[in-house]
Amino acid sequence: MSVRLIDVTKIFEDPTRSEGKITAVDRVNLEVAEGEFVTFLGPSGCGKTTTLRIVSGFEAPTEGDIIIAGRRVNDDPPNKRDTSMVFQSYAIFPHMSVVQNISFGLELKGRPKAVVREETARIMDVMGLSSMAKRRPDQLSGGQQQRVALARAIVNRPKVLLFDEPLSNLDAKLRDQMRLEIRRIQQTFGITSIYVTHDQIEAMTVSDRIVVMDKGRVMQVGTPFEVYSRPANRFVADFIGRVNFFDGRVVEGGDPLRVDLGGKTVEVGSRVPGVVEGGRAVVAVRPESLRLHPANEGGPSFATGKVTKAVYLGSVIEYELDAGFDRPVLAVSHDPVDAGFFTVGDIVALDFSARAAHALASEILKPLPATSGIA
Amino acid sequence: MQRKPFARAVAELRRLRKDPVLAIMVAAVLAALALFIIYPLVMVVFASLRPDGKWSLGVVREVLGNAYLGQAFRNSLMMGTLTAVIGSGLGFLFAFAVTRADVPFKRFLHAIAIIPIVSPPFIGALAIIMLFGNNGLITWNLLRIQNFPIYGFRGLMFAQAITFFPVAYMTLRGVLESINPTLEDAALDLGGSRFKVFMRVTLPLAAPGIASAMLVLFIETLADFGNPLILAGSRFPILSVQAYLEITGMYDLPKGATLSILLLIPSITAWIIQKYWVSRKRYVTITGKPTRSSSKIVSPAARAAIFAGCLFVAAVVILVYVAIIWGAFAKVWGNDNTPTLKHFQYVFSVGFKAVRDTLTIAGLSTPIAGLLGMIIAFLVVRKRFPGRRFMEFTSMLSFAVPGTVIGIGYILAFNRRPLALTGTLAILLLNFVFRYIPVGIESGRAILMQIDPSIEEAAVDLGADSKTTFFRITLPMIVPAYFSGLVFTFVRAMTAISAAIFLVSARWNLMTVQIMSQVESGRLGAAAAFSVILVAIIFAAIFLIRALLRARYGRYGGSMLNF
Repeated sequence: MSVRLIDVTKIFEDPTRSEGKITAVDRVNLEVAEGEFVTFLGPSGCGKTTTLRIVSGFEAPTEGDIIIAGRRVNDDPPNKRDTSMVFQSYAIFPHMSVVQNISFGLELKGRPKAVVREETARIMDVMGLSSMAKRRPDQLSGGQQQRVALARAIVNRPKVLLFDEPLSNLDAKLRDQMRLEIRRIQQTFGITSIYVTHDQIEAMTVSDRIVVMDKGRVMQVGTPFEVYSRPANRFVADFIGRVNFFDGRVVEGGDPLRVDLGGKTVEVGSRVPGVVEGGRAVVAVRPESLRLHPANEGGPSFATGKVTKAVYLGSVIEYELDAGFDRPVLAVSHDPVDAGFFTVGDIVALDFSARAAHALASEILKPLPATSGIA
Repeated sequence: MQRKPFARAVAELRRLRKDPVLAIMVAAVLAALALFIIYPLVMVVFASLRPDGKWSLGVVREVLGNAYLGQAFRNSLMMGTLTAVIGSGLGFLFAFAVTRADVPFKRFLHAIAIIPIVSPPFIGALAIIMLFGNNGLITWNLLRIQNFPIYGFRGLMFAQAITFFPVAYMTLRGVLESINPTLEDAALDLGGSRFKVFMRVTLPLAAPGIASAMLVLFIETLADFGNPLILAGSRFPILSVQAYLEITGMYDLPKGATLSILLLIPSITAWIIQKYWVSRKRYVTITGKPTRSSSKIVSPAARAAIFAGCLFVAAVVILVYVAIIWGAFAKVWGNDNTPTLKHFQYVFSVGFKAVRDTLTIAGLSTPIAGLLGMIIAFLVVRKRFPGRRFMEFTSMLSFAVPGTVIGIGYILAFNRRPLALTGTLAILLLNFVFRYIPVGIESGRAILMQIDPSIEEAAVDLGADSKTTFFRITLPMIVPAYFSGLVFTFVRAMTAISAAIFLVSARWNLMTVQIMSQVESGRLGAAAAFSVILVAIIFAAIFLIRALLRARYGRYGGSMLNF
């Protein structure tokens, strides 16, 4: 079922601040389509969890509306909303067995006993929990507790499934596994899902679309490709992955855009609205998109630099270069065995393709106009 | 800056208005605390400073000018300080042996250190009279010494050390357990000798805990009434006993009240230091994964010495209980040790009313105190309202106020209409409930801090309303802690004496008071028989509650059931 957030705002009273309040969520607009998996991504304190709690009903919005399946649910308490939450701490009932935990929701809905038993057994089968039905939560590993929490939420066939940083308590390997598992289960049942995380890789793996938030505001809504390769502003570009920013002036506003970077002109394949001919722009290039050649070979380049750091990581080699910009330039070279590698002190020429470059407005932060958040 | 607390109170009041059930609860609890804790204390101050209806320092001046009473004040402070040092030392010895030194028979040593906690606090004094008194087993029967001078400083010191070292043990065991032994391993690895590591790492980390244990022991020794009443004697006056004697012997309420204020000042001071200063200095050892205890800080020789020390103390504790049990069955203690049941017959005929009254009062006040404690803990931990800090402070204050003070306060406060409660069951119940809420608050607070609020949210999210959530989720989770808290409350109610001795009457009497009067009239056999029955009831109650909890909640693991 679809979920719509219209101008959702949450202001907390906070007597310790001089204004006496803090705006945790600031006019958030979003439409999540049926069966879609949308992730709220942002640093801690950006308002993502508060937004999720507003959808679930644990917080009431100060302003704005929540529409689930076409119905305004602002006044429904959490127990009357058809949403199920997977909590960060799992929140498994410590005094109930696995099967009691999972069947709790169905029981409360007053389903016949046979149905409860059957549905619970089915979901435990799908989640690989059948062999531990009678176990107590304290006899389960972290990954198993996570599965119980997920099964307990899904068995109710909610209209919307909500995840509050569900993987943050697992170790790295298990996290990778559970990410794929969550995505698989969500696809199997086709449940509309909203997921909250501060981990960009997690967001990229599971989501159809990502909502990047900062200071209560939506910074960008887009597919994983869009937020990574076509960020809307410097905040998004910087928050998701690593990036080089080059300040320049737009000399030609056509397609491709031509930007002057301190003497050399480069071609830039994409841009955000507001980057216009004659104005300033910031060219964002990911480290892995930067090509390095020995400086004495000639060939196209917009700058030369000296390698100040080279870190060999096996599959890649990471460089830091001093190329006369105000910050060191980061570059990543894949398959160092085949491509060969530079060492500290080498002088290299830098280059990138127009497609890999993206021009941003030069203000540090420019959130999207509120309406463009709706897909 | 100045507006902020006010702004917060206004915001909290506004929120409270939306939740009338909560507002009523807060108001009721605050009113009860004011009436049954603060008001009696105010009455004590009034009795001392307004003896004839007008302000006067006459009584205070009289008390301070009295050399004998001054001696009592100094003696009390000295006993408090010495017991704090010696008791904490013994407690540390036991705690170190059990947590660090890897001595044999750890469970046995633990049990030895626990038993005095669940016994009446004057059992040590009673046993000392039986062992070292005029007809003492050791002094008279073995060594043939007549009139061995056990009354006074020596005997009292001995009794209070045995009575209170277990309290220090409980605190220090927790402190030492929370210090990660890998810290000691790291220090050894860096080249420190064992002794240096102990002095530079273990001891400094435990220092706030030791300070806290010493302050608690100081407070409890100052408030102790049973031991000094039996052992101090007239040449070694003790403040709590003198206050009692002024009131019951001389009918001099203003003087008794003044003495009890003298008692109150150092204990409140120590409590405030403990609560607001020492407890903030606790070190939190930062740990990664939990580590197996692998302490190698104790050398074999040191281990042997520690073990020997513990065994000696254990032998003394066992001797105390052997003396009591033997005394309960001996015909005439010290002269005719033929086994007999006549003391028990006496208790069950003449003294049975006291047994019944004690059980009634402890049985009624324990669950009420426990429940009130849980409610206060819930309000203080989970809710925000004006007066929250006052509620927290006042409800925990009972711990710091010596029983003598609050006993005098109750007879002063509740002897007039509309609250003419003197001699009733109600005055004893109220006194017990408000004296023992701190125990319930502590266990309630501990469990509420452990329960992740999202567990309750998860139930609501799955469709449970607040009633279902409370009964199917919250309640089953807090019940084990509630009952564990009740065990301590029950023990304290069964063994209470210092406040209760002012409040008993012909209609409602207590076993502890009976034991005291038997000792005073020299019937040691009857006193011992009473004590045996009292301890037996306490043990039976503990085992009953534990068995019930284990049967019902054992599957949570044992942590909640151990104490």
